[in-house]
Amino acid sequence: MTNTRLDHQIILNIVEQGSKVLDLGCGDGSLLHLLKENKKCSGTGIEIDEKAIYECMAKGLSVSHGDIDSSLADYSDKRFDYVILCESLQQVLNPKRVILESLRIGKKAIVGIPNFCMLTARFQLFFQGRVPVTKELPFQWYDTPNLRFLSLKDFRSFCDKNGLTIIKETGIPNNFLSRLAPNLFAEIGIYLLEKR
Amino acid sequence: MKSENQTFVETKFFTFAEPPHELVLESREKIGPITLAYETYGALNKDKSNAILVCHALSGDAHAAFWHKDDKKPGWWDNMIGPGKAFDTDKYFVICSNVIGGCKGSTGPSSIDPKTGKPFGLSFPLVTIKDMVVAQKKLIDHLGIKKLLAVTGGSMGGFQALKWSTLYPDDIVSAIIIACNHRHTAQQIAFNEVARQAIMADPDWQKGDYYGKSIPTRGLAVARMIGHITYMSDQSMNEKFGRKLIKGEKLGFDFTHDFEVENYLKYQGDSFVQRFDANSWLYISKALDYFNLAEDGTLSSAFKDSKAHYLFISFTSDWLYPPNQTKEIVKAVKANDLDVSDIEITSSYGHDAFLVEVEDQTKIISHYLTRIFKTAH
Repeated sequence: MTNTRLDHQIILNIVEQGSKVLDLGCGDGSLLHLLKENKKCSGTGIEIDEKAIYECMAKGLSVSHGDIDSSLADYSDKRFDYVILCESLQQVLNPKRVILESLRIGKKAIVGIPNFCMLTARFQLFFQGRVPVTKELPFQWYDTPNLRFLSLKDFRSFCDKNGLTIIKETGIPNNFLSRLAPNLFAEIGIYLLEKR
Repeated sequence: MKSENQTFVETKFFTFAEPPHELVLESREKIGPITLAYETYGALNKDKSNAILVCHALSGDAHAAFWHKDDKKPGWWDNMIGPGKAFDTDKYFVICSNVIGGCKGSTGPSSIDPKTGKPFGLSFPLVTIKDMVVAQKKLIDHLGIKKLLAVTGGSMGGFQALKWSTLYPDDIVSAIIIACNHRHTAQQIAFNEVARQAIMADPDWQKGDYYGKSIPTRGLAVARMIGHITYMSDQSMNEKFGRKLIKGEKLGFDFTHDFEVENYLKYQGDSFVQRFDANSWLYISKALDYFNLAEDGTLSSAFKDSKAHYLFISFTSDWLYPPNQTKEIVKAVKANDLDVSDIEITSSYGHDAFLVEVEDQTKIISHYLTRIFKTAH
């Protein structure tokens, strides 16, 4: 597990042994594979990229080829222990519906979002007058797959308004500063959510 | 092309349902004895847990892989079945049987009716996809296999694999369903009906009583031509033929063939009549039209007893069984909390892609079978 992504490591620590998971936007399946190998999780992923599907299959995973927005209605209530949206929420068309649906079909949801309002981004915006391009948001305005730009603060207030309890918030990097003022110092926020 | 290391296989035959134990068909008519032509590739393991049943499409047969002594080309899915291929015969025991109603060694309208000593013709009862599957089950029982590792097929083969998974939920581990719908739409029935009308409008058809006489070659050739158009895509036809003229000559200003695509269709039609029975086409195409997995309610309730793992493969340019129709089945399977994977493979080959897109299908299927084999053990 030497090359494990930090966000994957955090999610791995949250998910309990033997859980049933659904990974929305599972990419090449590395997180699902990690959960399967280390936590004996069962489950499946949804991914829109055809090439990534082959990689998932090669890892012995179950995966469905499609987009997140239209795929969630298929599943019955509380079918999964965890529904995971790891850096995919900002790319869906209807994030509110996707989160609420995730907490219908899953007992808990894990959501990882890039923080659009971290310090370096604020500097670029304020002093350079440029739309931020950071390590976690490396795209230009014309080629970004991200449809939504939000801060950790925005996400917290969204949860509050929609009856969602934040059981846990973890910032990346997970250091003193990001624990002190996550909205200013965390590049990514990872949330464990449940419905109130 | 024959190569040095080609492996030869022979078609085998299994006869069952001898009177008075005839098979009762979905139509309530009885038929027996029934013979199924089948082939097997690879070896059955000790606990008989590595068997895969391959179901063929409308015009297919039991000869799915390897070579017959007099073959000019190998079996119809030879690029997918064999050592190291998608259905790896070094690991799995692969079975393919010709459907009942067919004309390639299994009992069908061209078989001799034991009661009259003459070919059945239209006195052969209508058979359904379910009847085909019930007959295959007898063969699988006969081979001593209690549980199939997978049932698979493209097109009509996919219909059979779907039916297997809901009819015999305890007897299969997985179903690999390719380029398939769960029931024919009006458009799919319409294409089949035009093909049937072409056969029945041929004066040689004689209400199906043409055996030993002049056969309805024109009608069957047209039926095949219609089929062929639906198996290809606009893009694949354009790439293959475009508006190319035969031998690059000028337009003839008559009704002989000008375009290469016309010649191609004629060739496809003419060669098909040498190897296929017109009545079998009528029967099998009707079975396709009758098939409806959701006949007892909603599509998701059709899977309520199923325990299978599912893999669905569709192709972007398949307009005969388009990917969105496959996706409907995927949704119904998901609603039943069953394990399902699906992929829409980018291809320009249309419905024929399931016979042609070897590399991508192999990547998917070989890994999938490795997982399923592990799950089952």
